[in-house]
Order: sequence, then structure tokens, then C-alpha cells
Amino acid sequence: MINLAFKDIRHNLGRFLLTTAGISLLLIVVMGMGGIYRGLIQEATLIIDRAGADIWVVQRDTKGPFAEVSKLPRNLENRIEAISGVASAEPFVSHTVQRNKNERVLRLTIQGVPDDGSWLPIIQGRALQAGHFEMLADKSAKLPLGSTLKLGKDTYTVVGITGRMNSPSGDAMVFLSLNDAMAIQADTPAEAIRLERHARLQRFDALPYGSTSVDHADMLMSETSRPAALPGRQISAVLVKVLPGHSMEAVLAKLRTMPDVTAYTADEQREIMLSGFVARSRKQLLLFRTILIIVSTVVMTLILYTLTLDKLHDIAMLKLIGARNGVIVRMIMQQSLLIGVLAFGIARFCGEWVYPFFPRRVVLVSFDLWVLFGIVIGISVLASCAGIIKAMRTNAGEILS
Amino acid sequence: MNTVALSAEHLFKTYGEGDTAVHALNDVSFSMNVGEIVALLGPSGAGKSTLLTTLGLIQPPSSGTISIAGTRVFDNGYQVNIRDFRRNNIGFVFQKANLLPFLTAEENIRIAMEVNDASSRESKQYAAELLEHFELSARRTFLPKQLSGGQQQRVAIARALANKPSLLLADEPTAALDSHMGRKVMELLKNVAHTHHTAVLVVTHDHRAIDVFDRIWMMEDGKLSEKNRQD
Repeated sequence: MINLAFKDIRHNLGRFLLTTAGISLLLIVVMGMGGIYRGLIQEATLIIDRAGADIWVVQRDTKGPFAEVSKLPRNLENRIEAISGVASAEPFVSHTVQRNKNERVLRLTIQGVPDDGSWLPIIQGRALQAGHFEMLADKSAKLPLGSTLKLGKDTYTVVGITGRMNSPSGDAMVFLSLNDAMAIQADTPAEAIRLERHARLQRFDALPYGSTSVDHADMLMSETSRPAALPGRQISAVLVKVLPGHSMEAVLAKLRTMPDVTAYTADEQREIMLSGFVARSRKQLLLFRTILIIVSTVVMTLILYTLTLDKLHDIAMLKLIGARNGVIVRMIMQQSLLIGVLAFGIARFCGEWVYPFFPRRVVLVSFDLWVLFGIVIGISVLASCAGIIKAMRTNAGEILS
Repeated sequence: MNTVALSAEHLFKTYGEGDTAVHALNDVSFSMNVGEIVALLGPSGAGKSTLLTTLGLIQPPSSGTISIAGTRVFDNGYQVNIRDFRRNNIGFVFQKANLLPFLTAEENIRIAMEVNDASSRESKQYAAELLEHFELSARRTFLPKQLSGGQQQRVAIARALANKPSLLLADEPTAALDSHMGRKVMELLKNVAHTHHTAVLVVTHDHRAIDVFDRIWMMEDGKLSEKNRQD
């Protein structure tokens, strides 16, 4: 049988293409929202997954470095390595800085790596070689290979570029040696150190006479033996790997007896991340997507209704020559589905070009795309209903009017 | 051949109620034979279009009976599935061709057959015959907008005949055509009646082609009467 839907589309090709293009633009946004959500999850869990730790040890009663400030002594790793079943314990240092470079605001998440960082996805340059003053920067930081950046008191050179390494907040990550990362985190102006040292002496002077010994006083006043004015360098967490064949529960149980730390499995740390940081963004994106889907449905309904109104005379003629309702319903429904499917295809194709320009990572997952495709089919059917109802109410006699 | 193709008995059609009631059809009775072409004349508002739409099962009469091709289709209510019956037994031609603008001349004919479950091959074959009969073979692939008014009207007649109906109803089919083309279309309808053995009822104001009709009916104030050609 002659396909009326295709014939009509061919006859009104311009309008059909414009309609499809309009719907596809809406779908690009809907698809992008889903991709941003997936990207958010991926960015949020990226470092947890990449770190490959079995257990995250953080400051007591905190949720870890991604949720809040977590401060641990530098030597904690030694204590943990002594626990039976622990294969390795490595310090984790991560903090965010904001600098201006070439009149551009630069937000970077500084990540300390215990090795040369060769496990990172380096797309240009090389891994870290020197113990100090080198860094690997993510492509999104837009720091070219060989460029330098002053962080703390030192200047660091970009020796490698990584691909798609963003922090949970979407900032570009830079990777430095652990010591460099800690040095930047603990960087304090000289004046602050001098003032703290002075304050200590004042506190010492304020002590009651006889409560301190002469030796104690000599030690505090000596240039070589006095304690540091500021506390020692601290780390954010310790990443623990359990030896193969050993029970992670046993290691966890041991860690949980330590009064100054809290231990989470990697899955728990991931869950903390998703339920806290991502949950609100997820709701917001879901709301946006819902609104956009409703808007798409309304727009499609209006367009298809208008297309049907333009065809009422033809529909009356079809009824007059005896066309069954199914023929008319099929014509409207096929056009609606074709608009929906084509718009989805265009959105999928164009999205590949557009999404890389989004500031946040957009990750398209097959499952999400299939769900969206199902929704598009659903709204196409729904959108055609108004037109179909109008067509069904059209009397063959209207051909005479 | 003198078989009755269409008959109506005591047809009434009333619009409105009480003092404002208008009797568009007022006790109309007639019969038409197979292969007969009849002209229906009358002033505007006489009830011609009402009679045509009533016979075409587009609107029901208030009362009376209608029989088409030996089937009683209306007897104080429709006795058949009107869309199915219309599809198989009645063809329409209007003042405007009313062709589907997105289909070619051939497809406009085919669609009438294909909605009646004809196969693509059958519809193509018969559409080609009709197009040849109406001297439109060369315009087979033309869209309606690429055809002249006369050509469009011939395609419309071909479409009306696609399902070999027993009754063809034409509502001022020559009104939009010049006199030469108007005459040609009227002769075509006569030819259709005689060669396809279809009863053709034509509402017309065109007295110049009155000689092509076998009979002439006059409609006035909802009443139908037969006229002599001399009148």
C-alpha cells in the first residue's frame, strides 16, 4: 500500500526537516543532561577507582577527603603497614587551588602520587622523573607541555598531559610527587611562621615561675633544637591494599580499633561520594531532564497537531473514499515516530561533536541512550494522540465545506 | 439493461426545530437505473447538496429509505457499515478535484483501491487502464499542482471509478472549468455511465451541456420533480 506518511513528508520536506531539527536540538540537551550526570558520577568516582585501594583510612569521624577536611599524621602509613594482611599503605594528598595564569582563572586539584604516575592516562609527554618540581596536568587545565606554574614557594614544570582526569568538582587535576603535593598544601608565609614562633615564646614566658626547667628553656630558645613553629605535614588519607588471600574484614576490624582514624572500604567511600556530593546534582539534572522531556512532548504535540490540522481536508477525502481509521492513524503515527526517531539520531550524531565543548564531562551510556530512545518513542506516540483525536472527529462531509 | 441502481422513498431531511425548521428534503422519492446519467438542477438552497450528501451516506436523512445496488442502506437508520459500503459502491466527484496534494495522479487513483484492500499490483494495473481511458497516461507521475484544472478533474473521476462503484455522485464537477473543458468532462461522465454501467447523478448549473443527460431532475424547496428537456 502507498505509504501516505512518507508521501506527505516528501511533499512537505522543508517543514518536516525543520521540525525534526528543532526536536533534535531539544534532545541534544536532554541527552547531554544524562551524559553530564554520568560524567559527574565518573568524575566523582574516578580517583577512587584509579587509586585501586581496598580500604580508605581517614581522620576519625570524618567521611573522607572528598566529603570534608581529613587530616592525618604523615607517619600513619607506617602504623598501618604493621597490621597483618596489609600489602601496602600509601599516603593520599589532595587539595584544590585557584590561580591566575595568563589572565585566566585556573582551578586545579592537586593530587600527590606515591610513584611516577605512569599508571595515569598520559596522552602527551612523559611520567614524573625528578623527585621534585615536575607535574602532570590534565588536558582540561590547558597548561601546555613545558609550561610552568608557581604553586606554594616553588615553580613546577608540566612534563606530561593526562586525558580526562577531573576531580569530583570538575576541576582539572594535576599530579605531583607526594612531597611536593604536601609542601604546597602546607605552604605558609614566612611571616606566619615567625609570628607563630614569637607566640610560642610568649606562651613560654607566661608560664608560672618554676614550672619549666632551664634545659627546657634552652631547648626552646636554641636555633637548632627548638620544635617547629607549625605542625608537621599532614596527609588526607591512607590508601590500604590488602594482601591476596587475607581477609579485608580482619584488616578493617584492626583499623577500627585505632582511636584516631576511621576506615572505609572502597565501595563505602564511593557510596559516600555518590550519596553526598552527587545526589543533589542528580536530582537537579533529573528535574531539568523531566522538564525538557515535557517541553519536547508539548512541542511535538503542537507541531503534529498543526500538521494534522493542515491535512484535515485530505483526511476528510480519505474518509470519503472509505479509508479505514487505521490508515489515517498510521499516517499520523508514522510521521510522529519518524520525527522522533530521526531527531534522536541527529541528536546522537551531533552530540558527539557538541558535547566535548561542554565544560563538564559528558558520558553517554548505552543503557541511558536506550531509555531515552524509549522515552522518545513514548512521547512520539503521545504527541500524535492530539492529531489522531482531531482526525477521528473529522467528518467525511467536511470535504464539501 | 433496466436494473435499479439507486432508489429513495419518502426522504425527509429537516434542519432545526419548530418555527425555525427547514425542510431541505421534503418527501423525495425517485429511482435511477444502472448506466443512467441524471442532471440535478435547482437554485441555491433548494436541497441539491443535501440530497447528494444523503445519497452519499455522508449525512443521514431524517426519515425515509435509500437503496443502492439492491441493498437497503437506510431505513430509519443505517442498515450497513457506511464507510465500507461507500468504499465499495459509491464514487464522488466535486467542484474541486480534491486530489491528495502529496500523491501523483496515479497514486491518487491507486489509494482509492488500496484502502479497499487491493494489492499494489492490482491497483497499478487498473490505475494505468483508467489513466489511459482518460488520456492521462503521460501525466501519470505528475502531482496535482502540475496538472491543469481539467486534468485534475479527470483524475478525480478516475479515482471515483477506481472501485467500480454502482453509483457516482458529482457535485458541480464543471463549475471550475471553462466551457470547452466543462463539456468534455460532462461527456466523460456520460461515457462512464454507459460504459462502466454506473448510475451517475450530477448536480449542475451548467445548462450548456444539458443534452448529455438521460434525464433531468429539478429540485425546489426540498421537492424533486422531473423535467422535460424542452423546459
